[in-house]
Amino acid sequence: MPNAPMPIFALKMLFGDSARFYGMLLGLAFSTLLISQQAAIFVGLMSRTFGFVTDTPQPDLWIVDPAQRFLDDNKPLKATSVQRVRSIEGVEWAVPLFKGLLVVNLPDGKRQMSQVIGIDDASLIAGPPFMLEGSLGDLRKTDAIIVDERATRREFKMNLPPEGGEPRPLRVGDTLELNDRRAEVVGICKATQTFQSQPVIYTTYSRATQYAPRERRMVTMVLAGLSPGADANVVAKAITQRTGLSAYGSEEFADKTVGYWMRETGIPINFGTAIVLGFFVGVAVAGQMFYNFVLDNLKYFGAMKAMGASRRTLLGMVVLQAGTIAILGFGLGIGITSAFGLFVPGERLAFRMTWHIPLVAAGAVVIICSASAALGMWRVLRLDPAEVFKG
Amino acid sequence: MTPMQQTQIAVRAIGVEKVYASDDTSVVALRGADLEVRCGEIIMLAGPSGCGKTSFISIIAGLLARDQGTLEVMGVDPQAMSSEQRTAWRLRTVGFVFQQFNLIPTLSIEENTAIPLILQGMDRRSACAQARKLLVEVGLGGRERSSPVRLSGGQQQRVAIARALVNAPKILVCDEPTSALDGATGLRVMELVAQVGRMPGRAVIVVSHDERIYHLADRIVHMDDGRIDRIETPASLRNAHA
Repeated sequence: MPNAPMPIFALKMLFGDSARFYGMLLGLAFSTLLISQQAAIFVGLMSRTFGFVTDTPQPDLWIVDPAQRFLDDNKPLKATSVQRVRSIEGVEWAVPLFKGLLVVNLPDGKRQMSQVIGIDDASLIAGPPFMLEGSLGDLRKTDAIIVDERATRREFKMNLPPEGGEPRPLRVGDTLELNDRRAEVVGICKATQTFQSQPVIYTTYSRATQYAPRERRMVTMVLAGLSPGADANVVAKAITQRTGLSAYGSEEFADKTVGYWMRETGIPINFGTAIVLGFFVGVAVAGQMFYNFVLDNLKYFGAMKAMGASRRTLLGMVVLQAGTIAILGFGLGIGITSAFGLFVPGERLAFRMTWHIPLVAAGAVVIICSASAALGMWRVLRLDPAEVFKG
Repeated sequence: MTPMQQTQIAVRAIGVEKVYASDDTSVVALRGADLEVRCGEIIMLAGPSGCGKTSFISIIAGLLARDQGTLEVMGVDPQAMSSEQRTAWRLRTVGFVFQQFNLIPTLSIEENTAIPLILQGMDRRSACAQARKLLVEVGLGGRERSSPVRLSGGQQQRVAIARALVNAPKILVCDEPTSALDGATGLRVMELVAQVGRMPGRAVIVVSHDERIYHLADRIVHMDDGRIDRIETPASLRNAHA
């Protein structure tokens, strides 16, 4: 640490050069904003790819066709798959799941492609995570469907002339047509938005298979729960050996899905480019400005060195200045990102700030400030105090 | 000067040599400079550009290493110390007044003046209190909280002098202290240096081309080509011009 009051002088030198101080502050804040906001949107988008997995906590294992690459890459299974899985030791229960895209006809004549999820008729396992109106048990009523609340306000908003022409959201009691078959809304739920942003409709498995065009294989996947004490890896291996199907734990299935999108699409490159750009904005603006700040103050550091300031004192001053601007710039940037996440509606923009993101942004800011401070310190260390006599 | 003050030697340089060498060239800055400065004395170091004045005071102040010769400043050889010891010695022993003042514009003149005391470990309040007293002595009482950029060149150099003297150094080294000032202001600044510098146990070495201030010195040491060419007194200089 520099001599006791020198930190105050170091900070006065930093804050006193207000144009440069605000330039560095905004440069670092903008860099932090770009890095953290783009990373949060990327994580949000990637989370949507496996939203259904996080919305469905009951199964221990997700059993799918070995060729299925990600959650929505449906490769339907034989109907007998469910019984075959149930026969495996360690499996306490196994239920079929239907998941597919079907056309919905609204009362006002609009047609909308929607994600229909058919859950086990008996247990209703894999139902929506939150019910806003009605109850999950209402799915047992005739032609019952539960609709995601977001869709009721957006894609399923209807223009019904008898009510004065004002568009209104879909409500409990309204009837729709799924693939030309009657469906009645018995509940409104809240589900995680899907990557493709289609409306989500829950119904029973048997009803979903009636709505869907008839195919030889209708089971999209099998969901299974483990017996108490059973080892998930052992059971998954046994399922693969005896049925030829792939079995994944929830986290593993989510990772497989994200892995697909990361590998097979340009999304990571696009977001990665923005994040790298944010880093270089920080280097180019804030790092460069801080280095120039040290260069401009070199004559004062030189004078202090001549007067008897130790290297430790001078380096401590530079480190304190760099650390202060790093903390303030990072704080402002992450604050703006958080406000952005708080005020921009999540359904429009995928935004998910995990604890890793501020850490990554802080790491980038630390690298920018450390590099520019190290360069500045190198100049201060190499400073010949006799130079101060050369004007 | 009292006889007692004169007997104390502040600086004794014998045969000091300095060569600046790079890969393919070398420049001889000092070719055996000899000088003795007594305590209580004010010495003007004069000579053409490139004659070695700045190198000589840099060596005396412990900022630059000599290549040959012997040097004692207040009884010690700065070059015999480690870098850290020399830095601490400089802090205790040498006060600097620079040509370009080198006042930090974002600190008040009180804080600028207090820097040497703070570097010595004094707390900020006491250091600023001591700095204020000295600022009153140099005629800047009441302006302690001003920024240096609000002061004239002469006032800034007064602050620089206050900063150089605040920790009561034994040697005051001034590099062209009047070159950035007009004639009248320069003279007033040098009168101040002479007044505060001519104190028991202290010696002042001033590098200057400004002949108008030579009368304030005890001796004027002329350098040429890296050597002490001749030493005059203000009286002998006046006689020579008469």
